[in-house]
Amino acid sequence: MTTTTTGSLAFDRIGMVFPDGTEAIRSVSFTVDRGEFVTVVGPSGCGKSTLLKIASGLLDPTSGAVVVDRDRLGYVFQDATLLPWRTVRRNVELLAELHGLPAKERHRLAADAIQMVGLEGFENHYPKSLSGGMRMRCSLARTLTLSPPVFLFDEPFGAVDEITREHLNEETQRLFQAEGFAGLFITHSISEAVFLSTRVLVMSARPGVLVAEFEIPFDYPRTPDLRFEPEFAKLSGEVSHALRGGHT
Amino acid sequence: MSLTDDRRTTGDGADLGAADDPELVHEAPAPAPPPPAWRRVAAVALPPFVLGVGILAFWYFISYGILEERRRFLLRPPHQVIDKGFLDWDAFSTILGGLWSSTKVALMGLSIAIAIGMFLAIIMSQARMAERAIFPYMVTLQAIPILAIVPLISFWFGTGQTSRVVVCVIIALFPIIVNTLFGLQSAERGAHDLFTLHHANRLTRLRKLMFPAALPAIFAGLRISAGLSVIGAVVGDFFFGRGEVGIGQLLRRYANRLEGEELLAAVIMTSALGVVVFWTFGLLQTLVIGKWHEPGSGGR
Repeated sequence: MTTTTTGSLAFDRIGMVFPDGTEAIRSVSFTVDRGEFVTVVGPSGCGKSTLLKIASGLLDPTSGAVVVDRDRLGYVFQDATLLPWRTVRRNVELLAELHGLPAKERHRLAADAIQMVGLEGFENHYPKSLSGGMRMRCSLARTLTLSPPVFLFDEPFGAVDEITREHLNEETQRLFQAEGFAGLFITHSISEAVFLSTRVLVMSARPGVLVAEFEIPFDYPRTPDLRFEPEFAKLSGEVSHALRGGHT
Repeated sequence: MSLTDDRRTTGDGADLGAADDPELVHEAPAPAPPPPAWRRVAAVALPPFVLGVGILAFWYFISYGILEERRRFLLRPPHQVIDKGFLDWDAFSTILGGLWSSTKVALMGLSIAIAIGMFLAIIMSQARMAERAIFPYMVTLQAIPILAIVPLISFWFGTGQTSRVVVCVIIALFPIIVNTLFGLQSAERGAHDLFTLHHANRLTRLRKLMFPAALPAIFAGLRISAGLSVIGAVVGDFFFGRGEVGIGQLLRRYANRLEGEELLAAVIMTSALGVVVFWTFGLLQTLVIGKWHEPGSGGR
């Protein structure tokens, strides 16, 4: 594992212009360290998902550079992207399988990860019989098997209902505390961003530029009730204001 | 809504509340208990049974009511067909023998078509160029009526078993290629990204992602091709008469000899073979992918 002085994940003046001429991102720089949970909020189409694709190497930026160890990068997609022909257990084992780990090791890692996300008892279920929230848990467990030092989340809970989303947020927070990874989370939900993060970055639309940065001072573990604290509301309001184009 | 309409008149301006009142919901008549098993079976079995009886009656009507005695050989009544075609062991064993011969041809043709079709589809799925190069020829081949190339086939492969198998292969190939290719390309973009992120090589991606994702489409193609291979076997047999006597030869023989009972029996048995093949592959599909596949969810 290579640890750089600039952090576990560093974006250095990243710019992205698509072949059709759309400028998605302009000169974005920031770092995420281990033990940090950074969320990027922005209107849809502002290029925040593109940022993750660049971080993971799925896309090459047209300018700037990314510093990250891509060996065991955790990437949680918008969809659960489970393989429907595999049971929960076999889905969770997939990454370990792709990395060529022996069967015994795979089973152990999968069992641990399944337990961490609370899917015990569903190991032999196929994705078609799982709810949206459970599929997302399964997807989280799959990523957890590699204990990734850097965890990328691409609006993972956008498709589930509000209640499930809150549960999954708590789950994510718990995993973050247990694993201490460097987390980069993309969302368009302000309350999700403030609830989860140590730091919130606000991105503007087209071209995507970072317009504001907020330190979120609350201690972990954060309880669901935090959402109703005045301090939480105040911070959310400021993030919202920045999103709407005001300057802080 | 209409169930609660009459009750709402009692409330003055409480219409909105009435709709949410749980008591009113409970007073709606309970859904009827599920019908007993025999009724469900009857609901499925009765319509085709009734139609079958109707068809038989119509058949009798034509045999006895329309055709006079000396032209009755054109359509013998059902009981005579059963008597001479099915219950006469000599005739029936000949039909079964022909059917078995044609089944072998169909299975061999289908197996070869599956091997060639899947191979081509996999090649095409791996390289866009290959797809662009091969696909137009596949469509062209598919567009040639089989009768048009029968002379060519006999010219090259003779008039025996080989030619019959070739007809089967040509006729069954296209659905396998198209469905396998479509299936291989049906894996989700996100799943592909996942494999890319974890440095999966081509073979791993094919084995663990594209091929399993293709299975539902492959089985859909197999069912079509299996049916087509039976047709191919009968057609091939009809034109290529050397060697073993298949069902196509029998059909031709019975027609030439005006043996209407045996002819009809052979036709019925041929269609039965088609049905059996279709169902067999349906069963195979259920066994292999039934556990995880959601019908109607496309290739996912």
